[in-house]
Amino acid sequence: MNRKMMKVLAGATALALAAGPALAAPTRGISDGVVKIGVLTDMSGVYSAIGGKGTLVAVEMAVADFGGKVLGKPIQVISADHQNKADIASTKAREWFDTGKVDMVTGLLNSACALAVQKIGAEKRRITMNTGAGSTDLTNKDCTPYGIHYVYDNYALANVAGSEIVRHGGKNWFFITADYAFGHSLEQNTSRFVKKLGGKVVGSVRHPLTTADFSSYLMQAQGSGAKIIGLANAGGDFTNAVKQAKEFGITQKGQQVAGMLVFDSDVKSLGLNTAQGMLYASGFYWDRDKASRDWSKRFKAKYGAMPTMDQAGAYSATMNYLKAVKAAGTDDPDAVMAKLRSMNISDFFAVHGKIRADGRMVHDMYLMEVKKPSESRGEWDIAKIIRTVPGDQAFMPLSESSCSQVRK
Amino acid sequence: MNRYIWLILFALGLAAPFAVYPVFLMKLLCFGLFACTFNLLLGYAGLLSFGHAAFFGGAAYVTGYLVKNSGLTPELGVLAGTLCAGILGFVFGSLAIRRQGIYFAMITLALAQIVYFVALKAPFTGGEDGLQDIPRGMLFGVIDLGKVYAVGGKSLELNLYYFVFAVFCLGFWLICRTINSPFGQVLKAIRENEPRAVSLGYRVERFKLMAFVISAALAGTAGATKALVFQLASLTDANWHTSGEVVLMTLLGGLGTILGPLVGAFTVVTLHSELSSAGSWVTVIIGFTFVVCVLLFRRGVVGELARLLKKSL
Repeated sequence: MNRKMMKVLAGATALALAAGPALAAPTRGISDGVVKIGVLTDMSGVYSAIGGKGTLVAVEMAVADFGGKVLGKPIQVISADHQNKADIASTKAREWFDTGKVDMVTGLLNSACALAVQKIGAEKRRITMNTGAGSTDLTNKDCTPYGIHYVYDNYALANVAGSEIVRHGGKNWFFITADYAFGHSLEQNTSRFVKKLGGKVVGSVRHPLTTADFSSYLMQAQGSGAKIIGLANAGGDFTNAVKQAKEFGITQKGQQVAGMLVFDSDVKSLGLNTAQGMLYASGFYWDRDKASRDWSKRFKAKYGAMPTMDQAGAYSATMNYLKAVKAAGTDDPDAVMAKLRSMNISDFFAVHGKIRADGRMVHDMYLMEVKKPSESRGEWDIAKIIRTVPGDQAFMPLSESSCSQVRK
Repeated sequence: MNRYIWLILFALGLAAPFAVYPVFLMKLLCFGLFACTFNLLLGYAGLLSFGHAAFFGGAAYVTGYLVKNSGLTPELGVLAGTLCAGILGFVFGSLAIRRQGIYFAMITLALAQIVYFVALKAPFTGGEDGLQDIPRGMLFGVIDLGKVYAVGGKSLELNLYYFVFAVFCLGFWLICRTINSPFGQVLKAIRENEPRAVSLGYRVERFKLMAFVISAALAGTAGATKALVFQLASLTDANWHTSGEVVLMTLLGGLGTILGPLVGAFTVVTLHSELSSAGSWVTVIIGFTFVVCVLLFRRGVVGELARLLKKSL
């Protein structure tokens, strides 16, 4: 038996060695007779209010608005919950690419998941259009020919909001940072701008993703004596920290809590009383112009809440992907990427949008301020745009990028 | 068990990647082996370890790190992972076997949590991101494990599959061999009545420790292989959830049966994958399945089947 097993094993190895050649060459037209878009995001955890079901709704809206078909072939949307775990995200993405005929993945809230999926996308030659994650690694050391970073990134957040806070006198910083790729990158980017403008980082502490009790971190922040407590986290973690800072009386005693990444849904859940006056950067605000208002109202009718920049970005990304497929006459990823890079992206979401060689979608960013309760004229009238920062000033210049796709 | 059944199973294993998605199969094999190692300990030596994820996850990190940063070939990487898990098993085992029952389980859990926090905080593990981008590499320096074959319109990673299958067969064979050896008989004797085994002159502690080390090392093999398959070693591998899941797999399939853990692992992994659209509800559904199993067929799927057929499976 054992000897027999050995023989069969040897046979198996030989068979594996002798098997056929590698993958077939790309073809024109639509592969597999369908264009399939996968929405992979946090559907149930701390980030589900930012993306979650709303991202899926936005992508489905884009497909419906496009007509449900491209080049005569149907468009399908599938979705999955990565539960903020890189292993679930990578397993799911691999399965989608290998057996699910998925051509493009969007959403990807959570940088750890986004980095994992973008790498698999590059390996399998599939496009990833990231609307949720913030890590600048996505377009720097981990950039790929098929990865697009669509909505915002940590550099732009730090550049637009972080430096504004320093200019308003917030020179001393203490960071409370989510302990994974996104938090590290956000802290690093913000620190750079703080130091550049003559500020000082007096310390930082890291907390695990999905923390319910911030008391020990907030006490450290309070003890540090820093003027600004920078929250390099997002979603549920961010709102928890802000609420608890208020309960501990930290904000009342003169220290200021600054969110480095704030979504409209977070402001809504904090309430204007708690959040008023907070400065933050965003890639989108629903009440910007007529086009954004019209779309957002349509979205709200379907989903029940105004869109976050992630959700609005997912619609825009899907729409422009489909336009590129149509213009290229194929869903072959190389051809579609070439088209996407040559397109001018201008819609309700992005103004003066352009996809660069490193995969960064550069578009106007906004410096936002949360309104006082007395200023608000409606349930969703929560913030105002203080300044529009043109894309080429908001995002990291291509000359600083360490992406291997950038020719220097 | 009948050798024809083994041959049929083996042939099925060889043919499976042409019918089922290979990456999924490889996951089944890795968790199958993991559950078998756990069963060796609980089913045959009567030791309930609640820290097996430490060996599984620890080996995954070690293998991932060495293959990624030291350019080790995959087979050496898996060996290194196995060795590390074995050493870890020796340390854990030496401490834990001094106590019995619930205390044994708690000590293993506590030690496993230490490994988990090392994985969370150590600079080389990548914390919450995990160790990503682990290359699959060249087996023996010649066979490209990342190679993809186009067969009948499907892209199959056959080299990797047969490597994983070979590792699995070897591990499984070692476990069967251990169970059916005089050593295995002594383990069973200890499980049934420890004082009597002592009175017969067996040095019970040594046998237990030996079983613990074998089990830990092979659990490491499973984890190391999984790291190569998914090119990722993450906190999930080292989390106590994984320790709990392997208990579930073993009990569901049938404790103390050779095929039971395999059936259990296949069931749980398939449930996880089929129900993944349900998100966090998966845990609830699997918990419910477990309750039903415990109430209706306490010997597990294979255990009940063996009782009906009056055979040892």
